[in-house]
Amino acid sequence: MAEPLRGIGVSPGFAAGPVCRAGVAPRLPAPRAVSDVPAELSGAASALRAVAAELDRRASATSDATAAEILRAQVLMAEDPVLDEAVADAIRAGSDAPHAIDAAFAVHRQAFLDAGGYLAERVADLDDLRDRAVAVSSGLPMPGIPSPGHPFVLVATDLAPADTAGLDPAQVLALVTEAGGPTSHTAILARSLGIPAVVRCGGAAGLRDGMVVAIDGAAGAVRVGVDEATVLDTRRREEERRSRAAASSGPGRTADGWAVELLANVGSAADPVAGAEGVGLFRTELLYLDREKAPSHEEQVEAYAAVFDALGGRKVVVRTLDAGADKPLPFLDQAGEPNPALGVRGVRLARRDPALVDGQLAAIAAAATRTGATAWVMAPMIATPAEARDFVTRARAAGLASAGVMVEIPAAALRVRALLREVDFLSIGTNDLSQYTFAADRMAGELAELLDPWQPALLDLVAACGRAGREAGKPVGICGEAAADPGLAPVFAGLGISSLSMPARAIPAVRDALATHTKADCERLATAVLAAEDPAAARAVVG
Amino acid sequence: MPSRTVTVGSRSGLHARPAALFVAAAGAAALPVKINIEGRKPVPANSMLSVLSLGAKCGTAVTISADGDGADAVLDDLAALLARDLDADEVGSDG
Repeated sequence: MAEPLRGIGVSPGFAAGPVCRAGVAPRLPAPRAVSDVPAELSGAASALRAVAAELDRRASATSDATAAEILRAQVLMAEDPVLDEAVADAIRAGSDAPHAIDAAFAVHRQAFLDAGGYLAERVADLDDLRDRAVAVSSGLPMPGIPSPGHPFVLVATDLAPADTAGLDPAQVLALVTEAGGPTSHTAILARSLGIPAVVRCGGAAGLRDGMVVAIDGAAGAVRVGVDEATVLDTRRREEERRSRAAASSGPGRTADGWAVELLANVGSAADPVAGAEGVGLFRTELLYLDREKAPSHEEQVEAYAAVFDALGGRKVVVRTLDAGADKPLPFLDQAGEPNPALGVRGVRLARRDPALVDGQLAAIAAAATRTGATAWVMAPMIATPAEARDFVTRARAAGLASAGVMVEIPAAALRVRALLREVDFLSIGTNDLSQYTFAADRMAGELAELLDPWQPALLDLVAACGRAGREAGKPVGICGEAAADPGLAPVFAGLGISSLSMPARAIPAVRDALATHTKADCERLATAVLAAEDPAAARAVVG
Repeated sequence: MPSRTVTVGSRSGLHARPAALFVAAAGAAALPVKINIEGRKPVPANSMLSVLSLGAKCGTAVTISADGDGADAVLDDLAALLARDLDADEVGSDG
């Protein structure tokens, strides 16, 4: 059999089936002279109506309430009378329907960009509408996720959030993209839906609709042109894997009973925590997004208490506000930072506004007292032991017993022993630690291979933290995307990591990976992976 | 022309779900309604794109206006809708 196509495996599992490519946004055709204005007007109007009808159909079909709301908002945009009027005006002035639609959307696109914040993020929704309407008015199929009526392997250059809203895991067997990386939207989505995915697979450009492929989402392999027997065998392996994962329950343990805590990442009480031993990362940004002023003490206490209640006494690690960089907040007025990722973000905000952090710690403490929760707090973006000491002092003053910090900046990892003297625990944020160690922007798809969590330099820093944690007798966990990688789980255990925090859905596969290795296996794997030259060689060690 | 000035009550501002509910209600009204924020040109309240572009946040004062028979009743209903926290009855959203 021919060599499989290779990419980065970002969501484990086996899948086989026919390829369906995501529709590509149409190029605007060359302008043409319009002779029949009424026909052009009705063509443009019916294109917008078709787009609204399609998105409305998708909104009704999805079971995801958030996705349905985004789609319903898009329906209203496609039906917008002001947009309709602008399209009609352009056609009466001599434009053809595709150009009239493009021009009408361009006005609103610019207004959204000028407004910034939430609206700037909605530009992708507008572009999606425009692409769909331009395609229909040009007589082309609507771009986006296909719905062939049978299960398929979705292949795309890359996937945007708008493409994947309401993606049906019963229809989409696996995701394969040419671009993207381990922390891309595609990877995060696939793991949260529990479907196999391979990103950064250059060879996927050659895949055509109807080709039958078999995917190994852990190894990052895509076999092309497989026969029926292979399809059946692949599906049987996936069923076995799923039933093994479903059968697993309880705390994280190696085959010989060594504990590695399995925790969930959440953003609010709405996120699932089933099967988790607690929450290893409670992101609190949601409460602050798109606000003109900080949320009130009472509002914060309510939100934190809701999550604590959902955990019923299990541990919850609350991360204090991690704003700035890719998560700007209107009320902080951080305009004008030349390089926000290296600017005043995370705990650095407390330099300007100590009340922001103190207020949050007070609300967390109040919520913990009210619910009787085991609340731990940690600060993001710590660079020095002095910053850690300052945070721990504030947390203690608020009455919080367990205070730690995140390791996301190489400086913190390099001085991890000194850091551990100040704190009760550490949590490694592998996404930012990769970005800062490799000087590679998380949003830069072209640099994805530098952000591969199997990079030896990243694992060296994790190893240093794990070793120091064991010496100090203090917990060191991981809460970045890498924690959801079942291949890395035994390696992390072998490096002395005491907890792994991930989307709850990823827990069964990680639990299973730990349960099939002894402590000695994990340590052997860890040593061999650290000796590997590059990510490919490191993956080959685990097999 | 009859008008009402009201503070946006929805936590997320006049965005997403609150904007959709408001625009749908304005579209269903018997009269054309305009909405604006201070210093900006009034825009049609039944236009989702125009309403979103106002960028009204929680606590922003907005003015709605309409002319004709029953304008006061229409404006009262829409003003009450704007003042409410339309995110409050939201289910299971994770932004």
